Amino acid sequence: MNLVDVIEKEQLKNDIPNFQPGDTVKVHVKVVEGTRERIQVFEGVVIRRKGSSISETFTVRRVSYGVGVERTFPLHSPRIAKIEVSRRGRVRRARLYYLRERRGKAARVKERRRY
Amino acid sequence: MQKGILGRKVGMTQIFTDDSEAIPVTVIEAGPCVVVQKKTSQVDGYSSLQIGFGEKRERLFNKPIKGHFEKANLKPSRFLREIKIEDAESYEVGQEIKADIFNTGDQVDVVGTSKGRGFAGTIKRHNFHRGPMTHGSNNHRRPGSAGAMGPAKIFKGRKMPGHLGVDRVTVQNLEVMKVDVEKNLLAVKGAIPGPKGGLVLIKNSVKAK
Repeated sequence: MNLVDVIEKEQLKNDIPNFQPGDTVKVHVKVVEGTRERIQVFEGVVIRRKGSSISETFTVRRVSYGVGVERTFPLHSPRIAKIEVSRRGRVRRARLYYLRERRGKAARVKERRRY
Repeated sequence: MQKGILGRKVGMTQIFTDDSEAIPVTVIEAGPCVVVQKKTSQVDGYSSLQIGFGEKRERLFNKPIKGHFEKANLKPSRFLREIKIEDAESYEVGQEIKADIFNTGDQVDVVGTSKGRGFAGTIKRHNFHRGPMTHGSNNHRRPGSAGAMGPAKIFKGRKMPGHLGVDRVTVQNLEVMKVDVEKNLLAVKGAIPGPKGGLVLIKNSVKAK
């Protein structure tokens, strides 16, 4: 086995659900406030997954009070407590940057029924 | 205490700290090294250790090298390097040096041989600026003036095109992020010189407090 993998393997999570760009996910993020730690949920559409292994990241987009918010999370970060897939989306490309230019009804992603 | 170990650069990755911070690290396969010879100030005038690292097919060693290792009753190793150590007396010939000489959080210096860039121009080699690419300019990547007419010569040390890379480069004060003694692995924070598979020397930092 590649020796870099040996170092990486210890930190890889194995409880990550199967999700793709277009899916709507709830990301449970651990937020540290002073000494207290609490969990914050960020829900939105996955618009990209990039990288591989320990350095893989994914970007979630949501529109909050009319303002588009995108957050990129390292997939294997210990700060991510849980990822929940709430809806599967049917999309025809891997990077959904076109959603940025769309508003309201046009910015919807069709649901994927069979997978 | 001075200490050092030879290793092979494996590649880079990242690891998460306890604060969930992603830290870029270089993985080094460090050791096991073997002490081949002790040099002491009484006999040699200075104090150091000669250590061997790596394997090579038996028939590829020449007789002088084989003989040198035979004197220490050891199997010849691919690389033989000397590291300066004041208390060389405390080591034994044949003793193994493993990655556990370092602990997580230690500061180390890493010495390697930088990647070869061949014959390089002044922009790549000395970080010169380039000239304008358009507007009738013919000076794109030229070095410019090499000096004044006054001294009627070019001073030694003038920065010019030439060979770049394959130099001995030391990176100081890298933090050891992880030590795996069983697999002889070290992970140090940041980048180190040389290609993957290149020989590196890891020693305790000269500047560490």
